[in-house]
Amino acid sequence: MSTYVETEPTQNLEAFKGVKKVPYEEYFTSGHRTCEGCESAQFMRLLAKAAGPRTIVTGATGCMYVANTSYYSTPWGIPWMHTQLGAAGSSALGTAAALRALMRKGVFKKEPINVIAFCGDGGGADMGLAAISAALTQADYNLLIVLYDNESYANTGIQVSSTSPFGANSTFSTPGKLKRIMHNRWKKNVAGLMIAGHPTCNYVATVSTSYALQAMNAVRRALTIGGPTFIHCLNPCPKGWDFDPAAALELGNLAVNTGIWPLYEVEKGELKLYGKTREIAEGRFKRLPVADYLLKQGRFAHFTEEDLAYFQSQVDDMWNNWLVPGVIPLRKKAEAANPAAK
Amino acid sequence: MATLTAPPVKETRKFEEQEALITGSEAIAVACKLANVDVVTAYPIRPYDTVMNYISQLVADGELDCEFIVAEGEHSQFEIAKHASACGARVFCGSSGVGWMYAMEALTVTPALRIPMVALVGNRTLDDPGAFGVEHNDALSVRDLGWMLVWVDNAQEALDTALIAYRVAEDRRMFVPLAISCDGAFLTHSQSLVKVPAAEHVKKFLPRYDRGDLLLHPDNVISVAPQANEDWVMEIRRQNYEVTERACDVIREVYAEFERIFGRTYGNPFFEEYRTEDADVVLLGMGTLSTPVKVTIDKLRQQGKKVGFVRLRWFRPFAGKEIAKALERFQAIGVIERDLSLGSPDLSGVVATELRSAMYTHASTRPPVLDFLCGLGGREVTVEDVERITDLTFQAANGRPQPLTQWIGLRG
Repeated sequence: MSTYVETEPTQNLEAFKGVKKVPYEEYFTSGHRTCEGCESAQFMRLLAKAAGPRTIVTGATGCMYVANTSYYSTPWGIPWMHTQLGAAGSSALGTAAALRALMRKGVFKKEPINVIAFCGDGGGADMGLAAISAALTQADYNLLIVLYDNESYANTGIQVSSTSPFGANSTFSTPGKLKRIMHNRWKKNVAGLMIAGHPTCNYVATVSTSYALQAMNAVRRALTIGGPTFIHCLNPCPKGWDFDPAAALELGNLAVNTGIWPLYEVEKGELKLYGKTREIAEGRFKRLPVADYLLKQGRFAHFTEEDLAYFQSQVDDMWNNWLVPGVIPLRKKAEAANPAAK
Repeated sequence: MATLTAPPVKETRKFEEQEALITGSEAIAVACKLANVDVVTAYPIRPYDTVMNYISQLVADGELDCEFIVAEGEHSQFEIAKHASACGARVFCGSSGVGWMYAMEALTVTPALRIPMVALVGNRTLDDPGAFGVEHNDALSVRDLGWMLVWVDNAQEALDTALIAYRVAEDRRMFVPLAISCDGAFLTHSQSLVKVPAAEHVKKFLPRYDRGDLLLHPDNVISVAPQANEDWVMEIRRQNYEVTERACDVIREVYAEFERIFGRTYGNPFFEEYRTEDADVVLLGMGTLSTPVKVTIDKLRQQGKKVGFVRLRWFRPFAGKEIAKALERFQAIGVIERDLSLGSPDLSGVVATELRSAMYTHASTRPPVLDFLCGLGGREVTVEDVERITDLTFQAANGRPQPLTQWIGLRG
């Protein structure tokens, strides 16, 4: 592949070796209007800090657009441009292509400039999935697409997306007299999809703002490794999930500790689990019951014991029966049943 | 040296001050090469996409240095180009028919963002039912959004207009996208002799695209396209409106400059007049129907019928006052329309409806303006059709009222 694909040099962004080594400079600061306890905005702050000033960001429509860049203030201390709901992938490509052409033609000074496009779960897992997928096949371009997942179309007032958890209450999945569970879809495994589907994509990671250092370092790793890359961040949302804003950090922890949100990165085909996820996989930490996480959120207040048991069984299935838990849902059972695999 | 449009030939194509036998699509590809575009985004749909085939070959042969990206859909195709332009790249893009419609969200925001782009629309009938041939509704669908729209009817004009388009679109007073319409098949796929300008003339004519303080780059920390709401949208729209107030003057300036540098003149940029000097009635239309119309006019003139033709080039901006002043002296006007505007006043197509509006405001007379829906779905506009249209227009001129909208060339 290396002779057919030509990437430009990237910035060498070394991992922050601990919280105390994180620089003070903010490139996403005051000037937005997000909710108290908004973890998505926290992720914006972290990724901007991690990327630094030689960066261009494009942001798809969503909370991180409408609640962030209300004229005339802006929190962005780096160049930022709005893009359409389904256009995170294409905006990243267009930005990277322009920089590449104009540097090659001597119009711009040659230097590595980070290109980051963000989208929410609506813009990324739903509408803009094809554009992200296409961008991840374009191995010549250095770009990072980040999906901030608050598990709903939050900006439009909380509607389910394909990453909303099973059974979640939303304005499009309202529990009612006849149907308690209007959203019976299981959360789409977006990171796994990106890994399995794009063999030339160098880096895919799942992160959480409750693990801020890992989240920042994943961004720095993606930008350093080059080519098109993807990061999926889970972001507790006080408004959409219905919890006290002060509990945002705790909920992020619980998502990981219940095994619902595995933390991992795949770098050039090598999988590495992180923190509590690794401890769970290695049997050193027993997953907390999903009820500990779900019942702290008003969006699951209508859940019965039956609903909780079903949710638990799906998470158990992922950890017990997937070939690679949290990453690839091929069932181990199938492998055992196939004599040739032995 | 003649250039084939079939699978590419192996010899190097030299276009310096040469004549080439090329299609409308290839002419636009040649213009992109001369313009040294930076980023081209492609997605296949007939009949525009041969332009991307030609550009691919130019890139592969080292004749054009640009990023050539095949997108996964037209929405992405136009978004990639839009963002590349926002970052200072000269871009080229294009589509046809429902492909253009698939990009509609991207098409909407591009002029609103004041982002220059030159796009080829290979005019194609909108699905459904499926059809590959020409209709104009695809390009016309963006007419309210701030795109500039121009129709050409031959490959030379396609090439020249593409160069003019970059100069107009990238003028800081404009900074809006511009779509060049070439009738599907009839122009995209038919060859004629084209004089290809020399590269050094193009360099004089086309300065580098300079986005100035609107450039998205780490040296220029700006936030582009915030959420503005009722507080500020109206003032931002007003800026786009002022672009349209300037547009006709900028276009005139650029055509004059083109004539000065390339020695080729188009006269009035907004429309072409054919045998209108002493005409009693005049036909009006856009695109390649000009050929059967001119053939018919020559034939009818020999029979003593004084008919002329106005071929509209620029649809946006619509030079309404100029057109009305040019048409007011005729006894009747017959618009030949390759589009529909279902449910419009008198059920007329887009061109006739806009023309009547201009006439009502600026013409000192009130000649009948008849609309003839013809050549839809890629059906040919024949000499017989044009004869019938002319006859009906003369009837109106001679005091025999005609329905305002008629279908010509319909079966049964």
